[in-house]
Amino acid sequence: MTETNISNKGSYWGYAPAPESADHFKLKEQYGLFIGGKFVPAGSGKRFATINPANEKALAQIADAGEKDVDRAVKAARTAYEKVWRKMSGRERGKYLYRIARIIQERARELAVVESMDGGKPIRESRDVDIPLAAAHFFYHAGWADKLGYAFPGKTASPIGVAGQIIPWNFPLLMVAWKVAPALACGNTVVLKPAETTPLTALLFGEICQEAGLPDGVFNCITGAGSTGAALVKHPGLDKVAFTGSTDVGKAIQKSLAGRSTKLTLELGGKAANIIFEDAAIDQAVEGIINGIFFNQGHVCCAGSRLLVQESVEQEVVEKLKARMEHLIVGDPLDKNTDIGAINSKAQCERIRDYLKVGQDEGAELFQTKCPVPEKGYWVRPSFFTKVAQSHRIVQEEIFGPVLAIQSFRTLDEALEKANNTPYGLSGGVWTDKGAKIFKVTRGIKAGVIWANTFNKFDPSSPFGGYKESGYGREGGRHGLRPYVELS
Amino acid sequence: MSGSGVNGKSDRLDVRKTYKMLIGGAFVRSESGRALDVNAPGGRWLGHVCRASRKDFRNAVVAARKAASGWANTTPYLKAQILYRAAEMLEGRASTFREVLQSIGLSPAAAKTEVAQAIDLLVYYAGWADKYLQVFGSVNPVSSPYFNFSVTEPMGVVAYVAGEKRPLLDLVSGIAPIVAGGNTVITLSTGRAAVAAMELGEVLATSDFPHGVINLLCGLREELVGQMATHMDVNALITQGADAKESAASREACALNLKRYFPREANGKGDEDPYRILDTVEIKTTWHPVGG
Repeated sequence: MTETNISNKGSYWGYAPAPESADHFKLKEQYGLFIGGKFVPAGSGKRFATINPANEKALAQIADAGEKDVDRAVKAARTAYEKVWRKMSGRERGKYLYRIARIIQERARELAVVESMDGGKPIRESRDVDIPLAAAHFFYHAGWADKLGYAFPGKTASPIGVAGQIIPWNFPLLMVAWKVAPALACGNTVVLKPAETTPLTALLFGEICQEAGLPDGVFNCITGAGSTGAALVKHPGLDKVAFTGSTDVGKAIQKSLAGRSTKLTLELGGKAANIIFEDAAIDQAVEGIINGIFFNQGHVCCAGSRLLVQESVEQEVVEKLKARMEHLIVGDPLDKNTDIGAINSKAQCERIRDYLKVGQDEGAELFQTKCPVPEKGYWVRPSFFTKVAQSHRIVQEEIFGPVLAIQSFRTLDEALEKANNTPYGLSGGVWTDKGAKIFKVTRGIKAGVIWANTFNKFDPSSPFGGYKESGYGREGGRHGLRPYVELS
Repeated sequence: MSGSGVNGKSDRLDVRKTYKMLIGGAFVRSESGRALDVNAPGGRWLGHVCRASRKDFRNAVVAARKAASGWANTTPYLKAQILYRAAEMLEGRASTFREVLQSIGLSPAAAKTEVAQAIDLLVYYAGWADKYLQVFGSVNPVSSPYFNFSVTEPMGVVAYVAGEKRPLLDLVSGIAPIVAGGNTVITLSTGRAAVAAMELGEVLATSDFPHGVINLLCGLREELVGQMATHMDVNALITQGADAKESAASREACALNLKRYFPREANGKGDEDPYRILDTVEIKTTWHPVGG
């Protein structure tokens, strides 16, 4: 994986490979389910392989949880809730979360490397974004555990019970943190189902809970595919379900919970518009577009997957964007020079390629960079479409890959009209040097997170979540505690 | 429903009121031309109310959507004043409402209490209209050079199904937090409570609410709740007193467009609760760089 990693941009200016080593830890050959504080095999004995998408090699064998395993995990969580966790003072709960935050920091390098190997994301991102943010999330929520009375003025907050949490493959450990930290801080116990393509860091998180001395059963992790998740949602022992993933699955979960009092929060898909006005600092805006759509291979629910650019600067922006994109290095996720890593799975790679075809069939014009990509593994070159219409599927549907749809606009109202014209409402971006315009646009976009003159920034204290079909509930900040408490 | 009618002692024939629904600021009959009888608890016929059709509901959604952005952008101070104005209007017609509530079976004391509570509830939420953002919004201490804040924004169009136990209060306690939160609303009142609801329309129509902000329908619950739950241009559905079958069906149907769904007990608890405003607002977080 070495030659292909050297950028060929400019005959005089190449990058030597700079791979992060993976020799400072050893993955086990197989991982069990984490139930009641112990790693146990699936009742059926079934296993599946988790694949490194950069070389298509199996990293480890993972237990495939069935209904009985789900039941065991929910019972373990129930016992821990009733006997230990709900009775513990907020202060003591918080101290466990602080311990977890510290251990994540201590094991940061291992976690970053495993995250990149298992999921395909560039080591720069897992090292500088995913893992530090995951630790920060636990540290932030640890402090809330004994201060919940201040989060809900006029009310008394108490825990809900056992939460079933299902997370996606795009930010594996960070999603563990987003889900588990607020749940535990508020006094709930958890059964977590990580995505089948990226289970490793969630399982390492089980080890971290052991190291932290977290009481058995407070955190449980069951691995498997969609059927495992469905079995979890169906389990009558849950008081709360939290799901991050596609809008279709989110809707199916809401339907399957009909008739039950189980609470639900959903963090679903997006199709964010990144709006560039003619008075924006264009070079910075181009960086923002790049970050918006190519961060994490575009596997980001809040990705800026639609570019709306004011007509007067459209040509300039597109030219600069092309030039900048040609410098993006696609390749080995463990190489510190890599900008865009491997597509998470073969299935996702095929899905993105389908959309590339759909876009062209609909009449849009495709641009892709010419960078080399490795032979083995799943890769998509940075891509964008021009000549797209609002009704095109590549404008309306979430692709979840490094594919940008570019549209132009003349007036602010037209930009807002186009920005809001999808079923989604997760995020949005605006680039302009005029303060008043920023506020008009950020107010006008119907979405839960808006970035002005920046994009894809996250923080544990900053609430995240969607409007419309991007789901409901918030994660992070004071607002992110609400889905995990009962108020009276 | 007062008046002595042809058999009374009055020497003149009184003029009865035709109860009409309120859609987009206009008092209208059901487009379907259908009506329902309303009888007093003893069986005495009181009159007709409309039996709203699904088309009436769709028309009301169009009116509510048209009014949504204007109401959302109305200043908090003005929203508060309009809610307060509704309290003023209701106070001015308190004796009428007491009579109406008695005609549909409430005791004089219960009618008096309910009208008073409804007025006070409007004043209560008028006071919240320009404050809840300060309580529920936040400036977030992010660990990077950004100014980051979260505000509340109205969801948009909300459908509300009122219970029947407290004919006036069940309706007002639903409407007030929804419109205080900057949403527009379509309500459904059923049974005898429909009479109080249609009477309330005359109060709301003279309280400076822009047309379409509050739309009042009456009809049959089982005929309309499904339509409310499946309508693709409704952002949230709140119901009072749904049974297990209805709430299961509504939760499932609301998944169509991920409409927010809040089934509430019809026990009258929590009428005064700013967290009800929180049910129909979204939290929006904005990031802005801090730097030269």
